This record gives sequence, structure tokens and C-alpha cells, in this order.
Amino acid sequence: MAFITANWNPLGEAFYRKIDLYDMGWSLRDGFKDCMVAAAPYGGPIALLRQPQRPSPSARPQLEIYTSSGANMASFPWKSGPVQQLGWTVCDDLLVIQEDGTVLIYDLFGAFKRHFSMGNEVVQNQVMEAKVFHSPYGTGIAIVTGASRFTLATNIDDLKLRRLPEVPGLQGAPTCWAVLTQDRQTKVLLANGADLYILDNTSCTPVTPPGLSPQACSIVNIAVSFSYKYLALFTDSGHVWMGSSNLKDKLSEVETKVRSTPKQMVWCRRPRSQQPSVVIMWDRLFLVAGECQEIIQYTLDEECVCVAELDGVRIIGGSRHELLQEVPSACEDIFKIASMAPGALLLEAHKEYEKSSQKADEYLREIKEQSVLGEAVKQCVEAAGYEHEPETQKTLLRAASFGKCFLSNFPPEPFVSMCRDLRVLNAIRDYGVGIPLTHPQYKQMTMQVLIDRLVYRKLYPLAIEICRYLKTPEYQGVSRVLKHWACCKVQQKEEPDESIARAVSVKLGEAAGISYSEIAARAYECGRTELAIKLLEFEPRSGEQVPLLLKMKRSQLALSKAIESGDTDLVYTVVTYLKNEMNRGDFFMTLRNQPVALSLYRQFCKHQEQETLKDLFNQDDDHHELGNYYVKASYKESKLEARLSLLQSAVDEYNKAKNEFAAKATEDEMKLLRFQRRVDEEKGEALLGLSLHDTLHSLLSANYHKQAEQLYRDFRVPDKRYWWLKLTALSEKEDWEELEKFAKSKKSPIGYLPFVEVCVKRHNKYEAKKYVSKVTPEQKVKAHLAIGDLDGAAEAAIERRSEGEISTVLARCSPSTDRALLERLNRARSTAAKK
Amino acid sequence: MAHSVRRDAPELPDFSLLKRLARDQLIFLLEQLPGMKDLFIESDLMSPLDRIANVTTLKEHEVDKLYKVEYKSIVSTSDQLCFLIRPRIKTVKWICDVVNADKAIGKFRRYKVIFCPQKFYACENLLEEQGVIGDLTTDEWSFYLLPLDDDIISLELPEFFRDNFLEGDQRWVRTAGSALHLLHTLYGPFSKVYGIGRCSKMAYESWREQVKEGEQRPRQADIGNVFLIDRDVDLVTPLCSQVVYEGLVDDIFRIKCGCVEFGPDVTSSDKSIKVMLNSQDKVFNEIRNEHFSQVFGFLSQKARNLQTAYDTRSGMDIQQMKTFVSEKLKGLKQEHRLLSLHIGASESMMKKKTKQDFQDMLKTEHSLLEGFEIRECISYIEEHINRQASMLESMRLLCLLSLTENGLLPKDYRSLKAQYLQSYGVDHLLTFSNLKQLGLLVEQQPGETLTVMESRVGKLVNDKTAGKLTDAFSSLAKKSNFRALSKRLNLVPKSDEEYDLRVPRDMAYIFSGAYVPLSCKLIEQALERDGWTGLEEVTRMINGQEFVVTGSNGSDTRVKSDAQQIILVMFLGGCTYSEISALRFLGREKGYKFVVVTTAITNSARLLESMLDRHA
Repeated sequence: MAFITANWNPLGEAFYRKIDLYDMGWSLRDGFKDCMVAAAPYGGPIALLRQPQRPSPSARPQLEIYTSSGANMASFPWKSGPVQQLGWTVCDDLLVIQEDGTVLIYDLFGAFKRHFSMGNEVVQNQVMEAKVFHSPYGTGIAIVTGASRFTLATNIDDLKLRRLPEVPGLQGAPTCWAVLTQDRQTKVLLANGADLYILDNTSCTPVTPPGLSPQACSIVNIAVSFSYKYLALFTDSGHVWMGSSNLKDKLSEVETKVRSTPKQMVWCRRPRSQQPSVVIMWDRLFLVAGECQEIIQYTLDEECVCVAELDGVRIIGGSRHELLQEVPSACEDIFKIASMAPGALLLEAHKEYEKSSQKADEYLREIKEQSVLGEAVKQCVEAAGYEHEPETQKTLLRAASFGKCFLSNFPPEPFVSMCRDLRVLNAIRDYGVGIPLTHPQYKQMTMQVLIDRLVYRKLYPLAIEICRYLKTPEYQGVSRVLKHWACCKVQQKEEPDESIARAVSVKLGEAAGISYSEIAARAYECGRTELAIKLLEFEPRSGEQVPLLLKMKRSQLALSKAIESGDTDLVYTVVTYLKNEMNRGDFFMTLRNQPVALSLYRQFCKHQEQETLKDLFNQDDDHHELGNYYVKASYKESKLEARLSLLQSAVDEYNKAKNEFAAKATEDEMKLLRFQRRVDEEKGEALLGLSLHDTLHSLLSANYHKQAEQLYRDFRVPDKRYWWLKLTALSEKEDWEELEKFAKSKKSPIGYLPFVEVCVKRHNKYEAKKYVSKVTPEQKVKAHLAIGDLDGAAEAAIERRSEGEISTVLARCSPSTDRALLERLNRARSTAAKK
Repeated sequence: MAHSVRRDAPELPDFSLLKRLARDQLIFLLEQLPGMKDLFIESDLMSPLDRIANVTTLKEHEVDKLYKVEYKSIVSTSDQLCFLIRPRIKTVKWICDVVNADKAIGKFRRYKVIFCPQKFYACENLLEEQGVIGDLTTDEWSFYLLPLDDDIISLELPEFFRDNFLEGDQRWVRTAGSALHLLHTLYGPFSKVYGIGRCSKMAYESWREQVKEGEQRPRQADIGNVFLIDRDVDLVTPLCSQVVYEGLVDDIFRIKCGCVEFGPDVTSSDKSIKVMLNSQDKVFNEIRNEHFSQVFGFLSQKARNLQTAYDTRSGMDIQQMKTFVSEKLKGLKQEHRLLSLHIGASESMMKKKTKQDFQDMLKTEHSLLEGFEIRECISYIEEHINRQASMLESMRLLCLLSLTENGLLPKDYRSLKAQYLQSYGVDHLLTFSNLKQLGLLVEQQPGETLTVMESRVGKLVNDKTAGKLTDAFSSLAKKSNFRALSKRLNLVPKSDEEYDLRVPRDMAYIFSGAYVPLSCKLIEQALERDGWTGLEEVTRMINGQEFVVTGSNGSDTRVKSDAQQIILVMFLGGCTYSEISALRFLGREKGYKFVVVTTAITNSARLLESMLDRHA
């Protein structure tokens, strides 16, 4: 397999290789001449701004967007102001920074999204240079103005402009500069001639890189590594200084013997790099300067642009797209000429096996003797991930699979997942898709983000295929893609609402976790309200529909959907919204048709707005509730007059409601209140507010019999009640004389047993006895028993010949009772029972 | 309890997990406001909180002073205030006032409002309107369920009944759904759900929605079946006087959060004692489900068992027994102390409940349930009102009369109401309005008098035609139709035979054999028939919106058969201790174990108090 190492170049102890990614599909006549180029990392898109070929006042530059394989995605004439810099955000949006500090954002397809400004100061002084950078906080922009001042925005999605302090002695633009992210802070590192400064929020600190060779008079280029951990400086003496980005350690210094200012300088590293290097590019020359102070030299036959990646550098030229990287150790071990590493042996063994040669066994035996078969398999799997050619990948994986057969407990997961990953990677590296991701980049980026990117490029079928292939849970995978598809679909202005809605519902069907409301929201944003409503109907969770319906001013529909959802908070949200949006009359009318909302609003009013409650009842002509409302209000009122007038209102309302009973009761209450006040004033009692019953009781207890009589007559108090009242009041006072008089006044409507009982309760058997004789025959037994007259009770019971009553008496007998009486009772009971 | 437990009865799951979850979350929330802080607690959250975290725990998490929310200006000097409240407008308003008062005098404090069990948009809206939303942070303490006992879990939301059934405010339905969801996540998946009532249906739907949104880890179910029931499906049962020990204790002493305070008349000392009433209390555990008339037997038996040396005879009266227990056995720990307490309580109850009026009242109640001698019952109620006996009792009897008779005759309706107002004040006009709205106390509609006729006709013709007639009549009068229901479900056992309360025959024992609680009967029937088939007539009379759903894992054979025997019954709007006793009885008979989840423990007094409108 000698040819695999054909493009390898040794650098120190490691090798570097250049892999062809694509032959570019674009047709650029003059390459990058007069072009401003920006390519996004992670195999992202490429933007070109081409100056018109024949400068004339009317000619406009052309903005073009390509995939990494050079397929055109967008192309349009640039009509805004002069452009200073192009850049890509982390989510593949194009940033165009104009000289006046305005930043315009476009999507991949050249559709304008939004714009913002880098501050007022910039408008006057113009942007001299700008840089787009990526950090954990998102995409940032740094600019330096004509007044030599820097302005930073760390995250363009949460725009906070920071103007950095002045740099002493700086006139015009610095020689070179770069943005650093360190200790959760974004700083600018700049060189002004030989002086190096770090500029942060508050200060500008001069710094010196340790061990920078003294013959340099000026630092002409700065490169920061992908991880912001390393720094490279290029001096006018042709030296490259490499060190840590905190400027504490020096790694190496390499002399290039080229003194002209390079066009571009970038780091070329990989995770666990053995031999990191800096790539320096001039017009025709391309150097890879390793830490080991060795240099690989390439010549360029066309103008190129370098893009730093996590694990290498991509070189994009007018006709070719290449990847330069340090050969990963797994690949080196396997493919290095005459390698005896386990992986290399396994590969060889497999090769022989394919040829049906017994040598296979020899190789295998050799590996097994060293007991490194596991490692060999691991190496092959790993190396497959680093290889770009499917054929090489297959060879390595087959070898790994072959080796695996001789291992009993080798975990299958790494092999399986590598196969899957490679299948995905090969699919997206395809020329038509044009995302040349390496395996480490893919792992770093995660599958989720990859799906997002595919979706963003409208490669929905591929995204869905990948989700299905990787068995991503529907919610995060297929459903998400479908949602994006639908959101895109609703923007197709030429299609009618009906067909879009149908297409969406057919395709999305019952996919789990689809939020139709989000799709509808997008439709609404595009001004397609009708479509939005149609789509909302597919939303199974009615609660989800409400906010959008409100936004679309379909408040009635929102209200019924909210009620349907059974979530009162939602109902309340809509009610509050309606309350502010509609006039009162309409609002009440709306509520009237929605009992759930109405009762919710009523509850609210009860606590918050009593007056509104009244209006609400008024609107509904609910006179009964209005009456109740006034009655309730009357209890909160301490002044009698006000209270009476409220009660009068209640009476009126009750009358309107044809609730005679309530009206009468309220009138009576007013009458009673007036009466109470009069008595209170005359007699100094405190009757006000008592019930009729309590009033009577108080009057009787205080011996105001005349007033009590009057009340009794005026309010048509039932006789029974009056008698009970008087009886209780008199007995409580133990006014036995009056009680006797009362008993004789006329025939008691409650009988005379209560008389007996109240006396007994007051322990006055003597008085009680007076009434026993008056008691009706049915209650005689009880009366006798109440006063403890067993004989009398027995007598009465026997006379009545009631078995039950005789038993009651018997139950009260104790062992000390007269035997004769007992016998009589028993005898009477048996006769009564016989009957 | 003397009844033997069926051997195949499964073990109940451990619900103390709910307490631990609630405590951990509360601690987490308290730590969100680091440093010393004063804690203001809504008064009706005090007792539930006490069951979750005691003062020491709170102090450990930097709570300095504890205050009860009293809707007055506050005196705290702390610069951090934490409010633990129910999501009520009134309380939120008060907090706004507190914050605004501080602002007015330029005092700077940090405020945190913790809503339990959830916040409502209305509350946040109020905070915003009052301009304080930026001054405080809000949080939710999702403490939905408080286990009161091994088989009772309460949401402690007494306002559920009024809000939902009277005011038509459905905000708590979602809370109930969330509670169900929590139980489902911890003890599910439920394989079958039965339900009756509109609110049950809504709670069920809310729960299903939450299931859809979240993900369920597959686990083995502890609880197999769920039964949801609305309180307004059966309003008769909670209005009956309770005569089972636990219910009676609740009626008389009011059990609060599983804890009762016995006054001096019970403790026979000069101080009150708070006692936890649950299955940990061995004495109580044996008598809680007993009919009151049997309790003394048990207690004396207990005393005899305990006291081996003094094996005194059965002729002991209460007083002797009491001295006996309190003197001789005092040294013998907890059980003896509890025994004496319960004997004290029984004695005190005895004093109240064996009196003639209580007997008369029970008799009236039973007549009402049977539909027998209604006129006499009405005069009894009338006298009750006229003599201004207890306001709530009078109302209770009125409601029972209306419910069982399907409304009062217009004449009675007016006169009884008028007399009631005379006795207890005209402000009850509002109460009546509420009772009418809820259907607790209504006037008979002309069409509905048919039911009276129907019952007469029913006696004359044979059973089969009577059935048809019932159908015909009840379709005329769709509303609650107690009499017809009672006949269909056989709720009132024949009164001619003596009911032996020592050996209960059926669930009617909880009402001295006079009435099988409708709610429990429905549960029994639906479980027996594995659905509502055959009960269509009944559910139509209840206007029930019944449903039964078999879960996705219904056919799952891995589900423990034990779990299928555990049935979670959720009462929306509260349930009584008597109903719980009845369900325990049913469980023993059929080999089920019931777990009762309720929005609150209720009884006739609480239910009717919630209808009063004087201070709303």
C-alpha cells in the first residue's frame, strides 16, 4: 500500500499529508483575484465578494455563496455600502461587515435576515479592519476604527458592544492583531511595530513574548490556534515564534528565511498533536513550519485561502480544495513503510487471507504471540476514521473485523459506531452535499448540530435518512427535521394555503413531538394568517394554540381553545388579554358565551374588582346575583343608613328577578334593623344585627315583653317558635311565676312536655310536676320519667298499653325498684304484646 | 380490628417517599435564598408543613423566625423574607402590600414567594399589576400530596369543593391531574382507570396530557387501578351523621391533618393533648372503623387483655373502666395512655351522642334516607330550626331532605327557609342561593313530583313494570334522583331485620345499617363489573360522565397481580372518614386494598361551612 504514503511529508518525527477533498465545481475565471473570501470552519460554506471586472460607477460587486465543493447556493449583486469583511457565524449565517460599521446577516441562500450596527463612533471613523471570531459564547465581531479604537461584540445574538481602551502610541491600524479568548474573557492582542499589547475591557498592557529573537523590528502577523491555547508570531526578520497564548511559554522559534509579509498564517494542529506546526502562505509559497524547526515547502500554482480546523488546515484554491494535516499516529503506525505495529501486521494478515495465503496465519500468530490483537483491531478501527477514501476505510475495517474473529471478548461498540459514523461522513462528504467533515470534527460538532446544518441547507431527505439510520429518537431526530421542513414549506408563497396545509399534515402525520403551533407561528410570520389557522387545527394540544391565536388577534378562537385545554391559567391569560383589548360591552358579551371563562373572571372580580362584578351582573340582567351582591355589600357597611340603602337596592333587584321570597326576606331584615335601632336607642340594648330569633330572645330575657309581642306580631313569628323562645327565656331566668302564667295564657302549641323538660334541666322538679298533668297522653310516660317519677310513668304506660313504652320504663328500673311495680309492668307488657 | 385480614391482601406501597420528595424540594427552594431569612407561612399550610419538615429542619436551612400569614403589616427585622403560600389572590395582594410598604419607607429586602403546590397566572399577573414582580422571585413547591396514613393521601385543598362545584372555577383540576401524574410516575403505570363525574374526566385528561409531555420510565407497577369520583356525584353521604369511630371523632373534635386535639374533658386534666390518629396508634387502629356502639366493647376488651392481674368482669361501667385504666395501667407506656385517651374521647362522645336528641336526629336521618314519614321529618326539622339548635345541623337536615326528596315542595321550601332566616339571620339568603346553585337545597320542579308518584305506582305494580316505569320517570327528571338510585343500587337495606353491628354484613354498617354510601357502592359496582356496563341507568341518573380506560400496558403480563388488587380511589372535592371505613370494609371483603386520595378530608360541617358566604 505504498501509494497511501505517497503524499506524506516528514516533519520532525511526524508526517504531514495533503488530502484532496474536491475539485471545485465553480468556474472562477481569475481565481480569487479581486475577491474577498470567507470560508466557515467545519466544512462550512464559502462566501465570495467579487469586485466588478471593469470598475464603473454603476457596476456592483457580486456576492456569491458556495458549498465546500464549489456548488453555487446563492449569487446576487451587492447593493449596500462598501464591504470591509465577510465572516460566518457558528450557525452558518453570513456576516457582512460594512465600512460604516453596519453588520448585515444573510442566510446560506442569500436571504437577508437582519442587521445591526457596531456603534455610533464607527459611523464617523469607519471600520479599518474587522475580524469575526468564534468562542463558547457564540460568534463575535471585533473591529478597529479609523481612530485606532477597538470595539468588541462577544455574541452577536446577544449584542453588547464593548469599546476597548485606547492603545498608547497607536496611529492608524496596528501592524497586525488577533482576538483571544482567555479566562472567560475576550481580549485583543495587537502588534504595533515591535510592541505587543494585550487589550482587555479595562486596560492596555504591553507584553513581551519570552525568547523572541532580538533581530526583529516588527511583528507582522499573528496567528491564534483553533483552541485559543497557542500563539504564533511572524516577524519581519522571517522568524516564526510559537508559544502559549498567555505568552508565558515559548515552544519554538523557526527561521523561514522569507522576509516578506505573509498573506496568511494559521496553526495546523490536531488533538494530541505530536508535531504541531504553523502554516504560512505567501502568493506562491506555502510553508509548514514545525515546532522541530523543520520546514516543508510547497509551491502554489494559484491563489489560495487557508481555513484553520480542529485537526488541520483546509486550503481552498480556485480549482482545488485540500486538507493539510499531521498524519494521525494510528495511520502512521499502520501505513508507515516497514511498520511492525500491531495494526500494520493485522492489515497484512488480512491481505494474505484475502489471497488465501497461509501467510495470514503466520502474521496472525505473530500478533497473538505478542498478545496485541486487541490493540491491532483498535488501531485499524481508529485509522479507518482518519481515512478519507472509502476504499481505504473498507480495507481497514475489514482487517479489523477479521482480527475481531480471533478475540473472544472484544467490545463490538467501537467497531459498529465507527462503521455508522463513516457511512454518515461519506454521505455528507459527497460532492453534491459538500461538507468535508473529518471524524474528529464530526465528534466535536455532534450529530445534532450536523442535522441542524443539513436542515439549514434544506437537505431534508438526507437529514431524515441519517436520523433513521442512526436511530435517533424521533423527538430529536425525524420530527425535528420534519418541523423545519414544514416551516420552510409554509414560506413557499406561490403554493395555495390549502395544498400546503395538506402536504404538511400528510408528511408530518403522527410523528412524535411535532409542534404544529411552531409551524403555524412561522406561517403567520410570513403573513399567512389563514394558513396558520389551518395548521393550528392539526395541533393536538389545544393549549399550544392559544398564544399564537392571540397574536393573530383571533381572540374568540383562542378563548375556546384555552377552555378546551382545561388549563385555567391559559383561560385567564386570554381573559386578561381580552379585557385590555376589547371594550367592556364586547368583553362581557364574549364572556357570557363562555361559562368557564366567566366564572374564572367572576372569581377574580370577587377578590379584586367588586365594582366590575356588579357591572357584569348588570350586563347579564342577572338581578338575582345583583341582589346577592348588594346583600353581601351591606354586611361590609358599618353605617346603618348606608346598609339600609344597599338592602333597598337588593330588594329592588330581587323584585326585578321575581324572587319574592328574597325580596320579602330582605324587606323584613330592613324592618328588623330599624326596629333594633329604635330599641337600642330607647333602651340601650345592643340588638343591631342580631337575627329575629336572637332579638326576641334578648328582648324576652331583658323583660321587654311588650316589644317582643310587637315583633312577634309584626313578623308573623310562628306560634311554636314564640312559645319555645319565651319558654327558654323564662326558664333561663328561672322566672317560674311568669312561666306558669305563660303556660296558662292559652293552649300551648308545643305541648307541655317542653315545660317539664326545661324545669328539669334547671333542676326544679317541683315546678316540673305542675306541668306533667297537662302533657298529652302520648308524652305522659316521657314526662314522668323526666321528673324521675317511675310509678307515674308505669301507671301511664300501663294505661296506654303500649309495649314500647312499658319497655322504656322497665329499662329505667334498677334492682332497687319495687318488685310489685316490676311485676305489674311485666304483666302489662305481655298482655300488650299479645294484642 | 377484630376482622381477620384476608391472607391474599397485597401490601400497600410506601407513601412516605412523597414526604421525602416534598421535603427535599422545600429545602432546595429555601437554599435558593441563601442566608438567614424569616419565613411566612399561610395558616392552612402550617399543619401540612409540620408533617413534612419540623422547625429544626427549617432552622438548619437558615430560617430565622417563623410567622403565620395574618394579613397584617409585618414586624420582621430580617432583610430576607420568604413566603410560603397557597396561590390565592388575597395572600398575594397582602405580599404586594408588604413589599410596597417597604418600598415606601425605603427599606431594602429580598423577597421570595413560594407557591404551593403551583402558581397561577392570576397571581403573577397581580404581582405585575402591583408593580412588585421585579422585586421578588417566585417559585413553586410542588407539594401535591400529603400522606396522612398508610392508605390516606390528601391534597389538603379544602377550597377545591367550593371553587370547583359552586363557583365553576376549574383551576384546581390541573392540580389534581398533576397529583395523579406524580402518583403515576412513582407508583404506576396504572393499567385501568375508572371515573365518574365531569371533574374526574377533566382531571383524567389533564393527567394524560402530562403523561404525553413527559417520559415514563418503564417500571413495575405498585398500584394497578385508579378510580376517580367527583364529590357532587354523591352529596348525600357526606351529609349524614357519622357513627363510625374515626368519623365521629372528626365530627366532634375535628381532625386536622391526621391530628386531633383532645380538650380537658377528654384528657381529664387541665390541658389539651394533641394526638396523631393513624395506624401507628395501635388502639385507634383497631377501633377506627368500628361502629360507635361497638367501640366500648373493644376498648374494654383491650383493657382486659392488657390488665392480666385484674381480670375484672364485664360489668364495668365507663367510669370504673376509666379509673381502672388511668390508675392501674398508667405505667404501661403508650398503648395505655392512648387507651385512656380513646376511652376519654368515647366517654365524651357518649355524653353527647347518646342523648335523646341525637337519637332522634339519627332516626330522622334514617327516615329521610328510607323516604319514610317525610312529614314527621319536616316537623322535626322545623322544630330544630325553631329552637335554634345548631345552625349547621339544621342546614344539614334541610339539605338531606332536599337531596333525598329531589327538592322540597314549594310551600315547604319557602316556609322552612323563612324560619331558618328568622333563626340564624337573613344573611343566609346568600347561603341558600349557593345551596340552590349546587343543587343541595332546591325547590321541586313540577315535573319532578312525578318521582313521588312513581314510587307509589312502583309499589302497586310488579317489579318488571316498575323498572320500566322508573326508566320512564327518571328520563323525565334527569337530575339527581336519590330515591330511584337507592332502589336500583339497593342502598337502603330492608329495615325489618335487625342489623348486627358487631358482624357487619355490608358497607351499610357505617351508618348503623341504614344506608350504604352511594359513592362506595358505585366503586364496588364498577369494580365488580369491570366497567360501567349494566349501570347505564344509574349513571344517567347521576348525570355522571362516567368513563373507563384501559392503559397501554393493560395487557402487560409482567404487571404484578398484587398491583391489580391495589386500587387508588381519588375523591375530587373531599371524602369523609366514614367512606374510608366503608372502603376498608369492602377491601377486606373482596381482597382489595384501597388507597384513598382526596382533595381534603371533609364532613358535613366542613362541607356546609364552605357554602356560607358571609365573609367571602
